[in-house]
Amino acid sequence: MNSGWIIFAVLFWIAAWGINALLVRIRVSNSQSAMAINLAVPVLFGITLLVLWEGLVRGFNVPQVLLPAPSVIWERILLSIPNPLWPDFQQTFLKSVLTGYAMGCSAAFVVAIAIDRSPFLKRGLLPVGNFVSALPLVGIAPIMVMWFGFDWQSKAAVVVVMTFFPMLVNTVAGLNATGQMEKDLMRTYAAGYWQTLVKLRLPMAWPFIFNALKINSTLALIGAIVAEFFGTPVVGMGFRISAAIGRLQVDMVWAEIALAALAGSLFYGLIALIERAVTFWHPSVRGGR
Amino acid sequence: MERLTQNTWFAVLVVVSAIILIWYGFSIQLNMPWQRGVYARAGEDGVPLLQLLSDLWSQQRPVLPAPHQVAVEFWNSVFLANPSTPRSLIFHAWITLSATGLGFLFGTLLGIFLAVLIVHNRAVDRSLMPWVIASQTIPILAIAPMVVVVLNSVGLTGLIPKALISTYLSFFPVVVGMVKGFRSPDALQLDLMRTYSASGAQMFWKLRWPSALPFLFTSMKVGVAASLVGAIVGELPTGAAGGLGSRLLAGSYYGQTTQIWAALFMAAALSAALIFAISAVQKLTQKAMGAPA
Repeated sequence: MNSGWIIFAVLFWIAAWGINALLVRIRVSNSQSAMAINLAVPVLFGITLLVLWEGLVRGFNVPQVLLPAPSVIWERILLSIPNPLWPDFQQTFLKSVLTGYAMGCSAAFVVAIAIDRSPFLKRGLLPVGNFVSALPLVGIAPIMVMWFGFDWQSKAAVVVVMTFFPMLVNTVAGLNATGQMEKDLMRTYAAGYWQTLVKLRLPMAWPFIFNALKINSTLALIGAIVAEFFGTPVVGMGFRISAAIGRLQVDMVWAEIALAALAGSLFYGLIALIERAVTFWHPSVRGGR
Repeated sequence: MERLTQNTWFAVLVVVSAIILIWYGFSIQLNMPWQRGVYARAGEDGVPLLQLLSDLWSQQRPVLPAPHQVAVEFWNSVFLANPSTPRSLIFHAWITLSATGLGFLFGTLLGIFLAVLIVHNRAVDRSLMPWVIASQTIPILAIAPMVVVVLNSVGLTGLIPKALISTYLSFFPVVVGMVKGFRSPDALQLDLMRTYSASGAQMFWKLRWPSALPFLFTSMKVGVAASLVGAIVGELPTGAAGGLGSRLLAGSYYGQTTQIWAALFMAAALSAALIFAISAVQKLTQKAMGAPA
């Protein structure tokens, strides 16, 4: 027990809480400083969490096996970036996740546009697709490993299956979002099917499609990492996590978690940025300014 | 005919039968190489088609089992096996279901609690909400086995570690849905409550809570599916302890594909049953609150 650390952490927490409570009350007319405050409040909260974590771990002498302090994890990250973090990232994220994500999402997009022309198929496939997207699809990982071997191809296959159905359901829903009035207007312009699709219905569907893309960005990472538990070459984030657990190198595990969290957040953020650029006209984007 | 094609059930039926047909096709194609090898070694040539099909569909470890093989395995392990032994899927499903239920309960309560805090305190709203969203970009499912192992090593075994993972996965939809729900009463309704000089607690219980209920049920449906996935993945490292996840892992170790598929269908059935149960509770609640049937 080291009470100094605990007292420091708790004091820091109270101080940060007070500052945040003050920051929230400030009213500013300048939009730039309003944005700075909006950014500062959650950042301060995050730092507080880290300080509390560090303080409590050090203060209560929590064994490293249970929960390493953030500073220990940070050192481990710095030490192991060249090896194994970067090769793992290449194997899991650049090969499995990106390939599977691109294939799954584009296949679902094409299928959605194909079945959109047939109301019968749409009625039949939508309930099935909705049902399948609620299923624990990560369970197919062992089967995919059997079919496609140990390397990244089997992980990409899991990612394809996991990303396919959310994308399908959302794209079909998005294509249905166009109102009858707008469709009639396109008809008065003598627009053909493809013109209506590209100029009216796809733009209306973008918010739904990006919703699916965002959901899928985290699903894809989860799928790839979990699939690696069922057999993999000796590289990859999932492999490293399960191997490090076996040796009780908990700091290594947390380093991989931090890497996965960072990759997941950046991936999500990138898609959110593209969404803002593509759907600049949408109320949810305009209202944010 | 016109009315038949308009019927949703008919359309779903057609799609499902098409999927089963495609499945049969693939099961023939994928299992063929192995069967060819068997015939070549036995020196048999020109096997009649019926014989070939029955051989294909009675392999011990098919690459892709045919639907009826999975159905038979499912039937055997659900209805014929003794439910108190690990041979029974009911045994495994019950272990998974209890972890799911506990985690889902914790997750829903935590989600509602956080949503109440967020709605009533601006500082919490601004500082917590971005982190709640960021927490979901962390692939927690991927580290679920680690959480279980580490918690096991400090003496927390059995249901709790799996339930914690389910909690983490299911609190998020509830927080987001309930924040939306608690904020759904408009200014007019809030003002009306104020003219009645309602206290904060009255405002919450008589206006905010009832109007948030539809949101609660919608997000609970998302959350329960997520907690089932969490419980299954959490079982992957526990091995012999049982549960659908350990059944999947065992099947993958011993190449028992039929067993894996049967476990997957059990998981699907559980997920569907849980969502159905929540819909039923939702309907009952709506009726009790006087919604039009």
